[in-house]
Amino acid sequence: MLVTLAALFGRLSLLAVGGVNSTVPEIARQVVTLRHWMTPAQFAQIFAIAQAAPGPNMMIVTLIGGHEAGVAGGIVATLAMMLPAGTLVIVVSRLWERYREARWRRVIQSALLPVTAGLVLAAAAVLVRQADTGWLTVVITAVSTVLLWRTRLHPLWLLAGGTVAGLLLA
Amino acid sequence: MDPRAAPERLTHAALFTGFFQAGIIGFGGVLPVARRIMVEQKAWLTAAQFADLFSLCQFLPGANIVNLSFAFGARHRGVTGAAAAVSGLLAAPVAIVLGLGALYSRYGQMPLARHGLAGLAAAATGLVLATALKIATPTFTHWRNIAVSVLVFALVMLAHFSLPVTMGLVLPLSLFLAWRS
Repeated sequence: MLVTLAALFGRLSLLAVGGVNSTVPEIARQVVTLRHWMTPAQFAQIFAIAQAAPGPNMMIVTLIGGHEAGVAGGIVATLAMMLPAGTLVIVVSRLWERYREARWRRVIQSALLPVTAGLVLAAAAVLVRQADTGWLTVVITAVSTVLLWRTRLHPLWLLAGGTVAGLLLA
Repeated sequence: MDPRAAPERLTHAALFTGFFQAGIIGFGGVLPVARRIMVEQKAWLTAAQFADLFSLCQFLPGANIVNLSFAFGARHRGVTGAAAAVSGLLAAPVAIVLGLGALYSRYGQMPLARHGLAGLAAAATGLVLATALKIATPTFTHWRNIAVSVLVFALVMLAHFSLPVTMGLVLPLSLFLAWRS
């Protein structure tokens, strides 16, 4: 299982353009659709726990590793997700100054932007589908989307509000 | 000013504790906290140096803040410095999240927990959707960007292509379009 986790997340590390959330559709496909490690609702909940906890948003990877193989699984999954990308960062950061104004840098940057946009929209679509367990969850999702998009409210308030609404109204 | 020319070469312990603070305080996004600690409190970097380092970390794949600790740690102490910074950043969050995961597998299916978690999941979904809209809408000013985004979305959601295959198909196209413009 540890080898499976390492292979799964190690393969995704260098594809996480614009952040780890770009890989959420693929993670969901692998762990829910193909491997049946968890139900869609469980995936949405584990994702939510990762969002509510302190730390970078790659904690979803840690939680899935932990869910499958305990503490060792969590650590292996985390390392697999960050080491390939981290190695690349260390190498490129030594050259970065030199290429600050290079044309290829701007080309890559503007090529990645719409790819990232498509991937995070897909991640949102996957989660919307998985988190939808009735009218109440749809309303909570809609309200939290609008509030975060249009106001400067701290995300933790929205997560807390969603939890309370789920407890009181369900 | 080059950060490598900074008078002070940070120790492994300083790297670990600095990023440990950022990791443990950073609810709902570590980046603002990391910036406050590195630029305002400890003056490890100027605002401009931080912005430059951050643009590198956004450019490359991976979690931005994890990338940032790799790059910053390596600049000061090489590979072991990167290891000190990253393990400082992640030690507390990984421990906390694994604890929460254990609680979840034990109590997550109880009715009360299930209702609360369903609400939490719905709210977290809203955060991702809002963030996606914030990323996507400013780029949707040109047909090229819209076409690439729609293509990526369709390949992943409708054709159920894997991420490696999707990237293999779309990245060359997107690079070509960006290079020609």
